[in-house]
Amino acid sequence: MENQAAKFISTYGMLIVLLLLVVLFSVLTVSEQHPSGEAAAEAMMKTMPDQRPEGLVYISGRAAAEDSAFAVAMVAGLTEIGWDEIASVHGSPSDIRARFEADLDSTITPLTVFTTQPMQASVRAIVNDLAPGSTVLVPPARRYPTFLLADNLRNIANQISVIAIIAIGMTMVIITAGIDLSVGSLIALAAVFGAWLIGQLGGTDAGAMAMLGGSLGAILLSALVGGFSGAMITTFRIPPFIATLAMMQVASGLAYIMSQGRPIYQLPDEFVGLGRGAEPVLGLPWAVLLMLALYIVAHLIISRTVYGRAIYAVGGNEEAARLAGIRVKRVLLSVYVVSGALAGLGGVVMASQLKSGAPTYGLMYELYVIAAVVVGGTSLAGGQGRIFGTLIGAFIIAVIQNGMNLTNVESYTQKVVLGLVILAAVLLDRLKHQGWRLKRIRVVK
Amino acid sequence: MNDLLLNVRGARKEFPGVLALADATIDLRAGEVHALVGENGAGKSTLIKLLTGVHREDGGLIELFGEPSSVRSPIEAQRLGLATIYQEFTLIPGMTVRENLWLGREHARNGITNASWERTQAKELFERLGVRIDPDALVRSLPVSHQQLVEIGRALQSDARILIMDEPTASLSPHEVKQLFVILRDLREQGLGILFITHRLEEVFEIADRTTVLRDGSSIGTWDTTELTREHLIEHMVGRSLDQEFPKLATQAGEPVLSVRDIQAGRLQPCSFELHAGEVVGLFGLVGAGRTELARLIAGADRVESGEVRVDGKAVRIRSPRDAIRAGICLLSEDRKAEGLVLGLSSVENFSLPSLSKFANGGWINERAERSAFQKYVDTLHIRLAGMDQVAGHLSGGNQQKLLIARWLEVDSRVILFDEPTRGIDVGAKTEIYQLINQLSARGKAILMISSELPEVLGMSDRILVMHEGQLSGELVNEDTVTQEAVMQLAVT
Repeated sequence: MENQAAKFISTYGMLIVLLLLVVLFSVLTVSEQHPSGEAAAEAMMKTMPDQRPEGLVYISGRAAAEDSAFAVAMVAGLTEIGWDEIASVHGSPSDIRARFEADLDSTITPLTVFTTQPMQASVRAIVNDLAPGSTVLVPPARRYPTFLLADNLRNIANQISVIAIIAIGMTMVIITAGIDLSVGSLIALAAVFGAWLIGQLGGTDAGAMAMLGGSLGAILLSALVGGFSGAMITTFRIPPFIATLAMMQVASGLAYIMSQGRPIYQLPDEFVGLGRGAEPVLGLPWAVLLMLALYIVAHLIISRTVYGRAIYAVGGNEEAARLAGIRVKRVLLSVYVVSGALAGLGGVVMASQLKSGAPTYGLMYELYVIAAVVVGGTSLAGGQGRIFGTLIGAFIIAVIQNGMNLTNVESYTQKVVLGLVILAAVLLDRLKHQGWRLKRIRVVK
Repeated sequence: MNDLLLNVRGARKEFPGVLALADATIDLRAGEVHALVGENGAGKSTLIKLLTGVHREDGGLIELFGEPSSVRSPIEAQRLGLATIYQEFTLIPGMTVRENLWLGREHARNGITNASWERTQAKELFERLGVRIDPDALVRSLPVSHQQLVEIGRALQSDARILIMDEPTASLSPHEVKQLFVILRDLREQGLGILFITHRLEEVFEIADRTTVLRDGSSIGTWDTTELTREHLIEHMVGRSLDQEFPKLATQAGEPVLSVRDIQAGRLQPCSFELHAGEVVGLFGLVGAGRTELARLIAGADRVESGEVRVDGKAVRIRSPRDAIRAGICLLSEDRKAEGLVLGLSSVENFSLPSLSKFANGGWINERAERSAFQKYVDTLHIRLAGMDQVAGHLSGGNQQKLLIARWLEVDSRVILFDEPTRGIDVGAKTEIYQLINQLSARGKAILMISSELPEVLGMSDRILVMHEGQLSGELVNEDTVTQEAVMQLAVT
């Protein structure tokens, strides 16, 4: 039992770190949360006076969709409990003032005004001026961590999806004891090429097939570039670091040439569906769903297939793998193709999120991707690593960035912290392998 | 006694969950070669690590030069005059001999080393050892035996009085071993105490004045080597008597399975020979004679330049290990850790590496089938595992070898090329490996067994091939009349 617990911790230690970070940022970001829209109306209705007060009753708010939703829900709720003659007024503070003045023209009686948190101050000032003794009611606030708000969590997942998708390919490459530095540039190349291709196929009027074609074209091009790196590595025995460093320059340069250094904006509105849209049931963004699906597929491939086993064998001992009849070159080539293709997909997602393709995309992303893989427990020495570890690693990075934004940590400080976190993660991994002893103990035969 | 350099009484060392050393007692006098023998896991390495300060003992007494040892690190041990030469060398291959000799102890003025001083010192040092090694040669370019001498030189120039040698002959040819022993005898004359750890028992009788046997972490005893016989020594080591070290069975050679015609590459001269079903053919030669190179060519590990390989009479094109495996040829390399196993993968994953597609459907592995196949071999070959998921790197040498044999049996190889099948394997497990080789030949496999140990070659083979300087220099049918001298004669001319 104790043994199993230890094994769990060593396998998913990073998951615990992630959970601790979530707790930390949740505690740090607890604050007054004002509901809006229908939720605000719902909260309001729970704290209602029993009787309809005398005089005029208003629901007021900004001319914004969420305030209108609040008003509609309030009217419905109040009607249900038997209040009548409810007026609704929306607009700027001066609009509201004008309306009150008009209505108060005949009588001067205290008003009852329901309003939303953003308008509260203005509305109070207006009624105090026009009809002292009036009541202004605002939906009650609750204390809740900003970090844990559904919107924020969704945001984190969406922000990290590009890095996490590319980190799948990087994990495979690193398990073979390689590295792929070209993925950041491939994001830019794929975004630019995809946008350009869609532009050629119809631009802002491009249909679904054109968008699909453009995206697939971009992914294919990136896969080809990855394949070229792989060919250099396997055929000429160029170290992966050097080969992909070179391709990083080449791909970035091509992206600038192709776009003439400017972002390409001619994309149809529907194109943002992938990057910004969400599925209707849980509200999960499509990009996040795509990411999760890819992780499940990659996990199965790497842990359950002959190909997956070959990747580990090649990374663990290339010569032994070759002598056991594994086609080492083919395996190595393939992981760079996969890495390139996934970087291309990342570029497409990013183009969709930003509704444009620019050669500046993905700058330094290779480092974030590698950091996610390493934080996730994959050894740069090759031969070991887990796909879901990488997902956890990506989320650790995302949570730290998001949490620091929410707690107003300066962006320069964020860099320092992120760097230290990467170090700490690798250190933890080292300690884990040494059995939590600071001094290195050699295994005695 | 003031010539007692080292005195260990009842040393004990415990690691979490393992008692690595229970009760080790040994002493070393000035001017003797003291052999320390024992099976793998008997505690020899742990004892050395206590002596050199890598670990601290949990109990018992360790005296160095008559005083309780306070050594905390190998560097400190070296400074006090206790030098250790490990099985794996600690030289830096890309640096010169001279630079390696004084690495970390450079004679420098203001940080600038004195090359000419080092050169003359190195020459003197090698004269004392009776060898010629260019001080400015890169260590990488030296043969293994010379690299080892550089290690010894390094120990000597630091004025070591105790020299601990952990399996120094493991990678040397018989000729080089002879040379090494000449040097060791010379150092003994000069008053050094040499603690000599080996698996090769004949070396014990050749070089050691006294012998201490360790078994299961405890000292069984110390004897003057002249009092011992080989049989006794083995008995002490394994705690039981081995009726027969080489359990050779009479087998009937069948049809030729492998036939090699004028195969050639690099410095390997064209070689031709045949292997028959059910036959064990020993391949003897000095290190560097080209035995491993020949086996690697047949197994597709290196590219063949010309020549022909036939399996069951059909010519096969072998351009990669994969081709060879498909043709039914497999190689069990002498370097199991570098060329055999993927140490970080589990035992079962190592087992199924070349045969994985057998257990897969459309690329998806059927782990249950994979494991039940492995279980059969674990049972029949008596592979001792903590579990199938035990990492291969944590297995003992003998079990690693068995694991590899299981691997190649599963792909149904017809021709098995063993390169030093018992290297680094302790005595008890060696016999098991020999029995396995016999079983394989009884099942009709054609076996080529490369070995540097003449007793092994003579004890196991039906036929003996001998190589010398890149070509096959002779072939003997192994009858009782064949002597070690006859085989050696073919190897040196």
